[in-house]
Amino acid sequence: MAASPAAPAKRAEKSIRSRPALYDAHSIALPTTTADAVIQSLKLTDDELRHTYQQMLDIRHFEEQCNRAFRANKVGGYLHIYIGQEAVSLGTLSDYLPGDQALSSYRDHAHCLVLGSDPGKIMAEIYGKSTGVSRGKGGSMHLFDKAHGFAGGYGIVGGNVPLAVGIGWALKHAPEYKGKGNICVCYLGDGSMNAGGFHEAMNMAQLYELPILFVLENNKYAMGTSVERSSANTDLASRVDSYAMAHSKVDGQDYFAVRGVAAPIIANMRKNPAPYFLEAITYRYSGHGAADGAETQSTYRNPEEMDIWKERDPLRILEKILRDRKVIDDASHEAMDKKALEMARAAGEFAENSPVCSPEELTQDVYAD
Amino acid sequence: MPKMGDAMEEGTLLQWHKQDGETVKSGDVIAEIETDKSNVEIEAEDAGVLHIQAQPGAIIAVGKVIAIIGDAPASTNGASSNGSGNGTAAKASSPIQVRTNGSKPDAHGDETVAGGEGAQYKIDNSDDKDIARIAPSVHSQENTGPTENMTYADAIRLALQEELDRDEKVFMLGEEIGQYQGTFKITKDFLEKYGPERILDTPISEAGMVGLTVGSAMMGLRPIIEFMTLNFALVAWDGIINHAAKILYMSGGQFNVPCVLRGPGGVGVQLSAQHSQDLAHWYANTPGLKVVVPATPADAKGLLKAAIRDNNPVVFTEHAGLYRTKGDVPTDPNYIVPIGVADVKRVGKDVTIVSYSRGTMLALAAAEQLAAEGIDAEVVDLRSLQPLDLDTVINSVKKTHRAVVVQEQWLFYGVAAEFAAQISSAAFDYLDAPVERVAGAFVPMPYSRVLENLAVPHEAEIIAAVKKTLERSA
Repeated sequence: MAASPAAPAKRAEKSIRSRPALYDAHSIALPTTTADAVIQSLKLTDDELRHTYQQMLDIRHFEEQCNRAFRANKVGGYLHIYIGQEAVSLGTLSDYLPGDQALSSYRDHAHCLVLGSDPGKIMAEIYGKSTGVSRGKGGSMHLFDKAHGFAGGYGIVGGNVPLAVGIGWALKHAPEYKGKGNICVCYLGDGSMNAGGFHEAMNMAQLYELPILFVLENNKYAMGTSVERSSANTDLASRVDSYAMAHSKVDGQDYFAVRGVAAPIIANMRKNPAPYFLEAITYRYSGHGAADGAETQSTYRNPEEMDIWKERDPLRILEKILRDRKVIDDASHEAMDKKALEMARAAGEFAENSPVCSPEELTQDVYAD
Repeated sequence: MPKMGDAMEEGTLLQWHKQDGETVKSGDVIAEIETDKSNVEIEAEDAGVLHIQAQPGAIIAVGKVIAIIGDAPASTNGASSNGSGNGTAAKASSPIQVRTNGSKPDAHGDETVAGGEGAQYKIDNSDDKDIARIAPSVHSQENTGPTENMTYADAIRLALQEELDRDEKVFMLGEEIGQYQGTFKITKDFLEKYGPERILDTPISEAGMVGLTVGSAMMGLRPIIEFMTLNFALVAWDGIINHAAKILYMSGGQFNVPCVLRGPGGVGVQLSAQHSQDLAHWYANTPGLKVVVPATPADAKGLLKAAIRDNNPVVFTEHAGLYRTKGDVPTDPNYIVPIGVADVKRVGKDVTIVSYSRGTMLALAAAEQLAAEGIDAEVVDLRSLQPLDLDTVINSVKKTHRAVVVQEQWLFYGVAAEFAAQISSAAFDYLDAPVERVAGAFVPMPYSRVLENLAVPHEAEIIAAVKKTLERSA
């Protein structure tokens, strides 16, 4: 068929307007790694594996305890639950060394727990008691535990990312850290990537070659707005190409996948300081916050999507691998689950029984002496 | 002195090409000046008789008179150059008397400062450069050691240098502070001396800069940001207000954030809306921040050293209009001016004028004019807005029974409003008149010189406000 006069113009228009199809990180096949390979290369013992599983159970039960406390009106304010994302913090903090620093967004309970903070003090913080890790001044969103290397949970989306640059700078240059190989692990959500400070921080982290592992917990939704509805380029990790930063993606539901990728990155970063951007593809089973109930969630996500992601529950994935390897069995599983539940309840009781803040604490710690 | 470039603040008069009293035509080359970049020939803008007002060798601020082209011999009666770097066409020279902290005035005596040309200041009183000529040489009440006469900018530089030398945890970051040597040359030679790990050139990323500052301070370093101007700090307010100020409290006292956020602010000359404003009170409204507002070179040095050693985030607001002002500055590296202590810069009995930063200089100049009319004003220089020293202000007002508060910032919700409330609350029974406020007009700063003059506070408004308090109680 002979070309009509209009055809070339039409083609030109198409080439200008055409845009690559939106990239869906949550539907792609991520590189897989076998648990065997990771266990072998990191020489993980059965005890260590059981400890990891216990930690994951602890996070799950702790978060469920928080939910119960919220429903019982024991805690106020905002409450952001981490259920569904456990393998991300656990897989990236398993190689933590004293002196390392981690900081997170407001969905911060798990990071603080994994670093070894007392669950009772974390729960007391969420209850707003003076026995809390932040003495009742911070609440759920602002856990801090200096002794355990937790430099804080922050409530402004993306606000913690520039701080990581300063922590990374200090770990590389401060007299007491210089040459020790400590690193900073900075957790952020997909929502932070469209905030201006994020981009300034990425540029500076790479420019100054700072030892920071940025862990993007891409759980698909910034509150109720999906990645597709908020990001022109939905291939989020690729965006740090603009800053010449190394990056990769990992299956955030699989502990061994996360650990297998993170461990060598961290080992290398200790020797050769430079940032790395790791995108963990994950999913939150709860709403954004405690106020984001089923009805609200139905405005932005399909319940069937939840069903699909529950098939990939990080706890079940880890459990299956450990059962297959005979690291755990029915009896040990039950004992560990019970231990986690008791830990969570004990934390709740400690928080419940702790005294409320006294009035004189109001004006304490506004200024340092 | 013509402005030959954006960054030019002063020039050196190299030579005259015409004689004093010679008749010149428009376009004739009359003189040669040296700027920081090059030598430039200056042409006469009008025809007439040249009346030379400055001598070769003088360093002269932009905008100052170097010669008058007129019909007859000039009728000015001032010195053409005082040789101290502020050579100008001066008119009446009325020395300003400055007294240090009123609590012990006799220990240090009065400083008589030559070069306070109040008369001309009154004529052209919104020009920052005029401040140079009314800058008092002030000794802090604490100092008994040797001093050196230097500019406000050099005093800041000296403080930075001493603290960088003293503590290896102190480091600086900012735009153009290293290789370029600093926009205002405060950090000249620092990169060479301290190296790139302590003098860090940053991209134009204020949010990133504040993040680097806050995070490294949490880890125990003592970072100092130089904002090219404090106007750019607005880009980083999340980092300053929601992070730097609150982390100590949110963490239950675990992480303090010892850092200094410094740079020039305040109103300038024809810098227009985005570069000419005093926002110090915004920071002072935020718990967790300390806010320092020095007026003199000695205070700038002593307070900056205190800020660097402080365990909290300190917003150190310099005034670009004061950078070239001179004063005697203690050279003792242990000279510190504590944050939160106001200073009585002039003792008087009839009225208390409260101000800070450049406003203090306006207040002192106004006080001199009032003195000529037999009105004896006390000038309290706040020196810091947070913490605020109420006692010094209240004690002064109890003595004078009248108060005027002067600020460059917009009137509403400002420092003057705060002190008006505090004075009414603590000294109501002592007041003979309501507290008067002198402030900038409630408009974005206009570019037009005529409009700008209407937008910024001057001595005339201070004098009028003082008289209002006196009339009320007369």
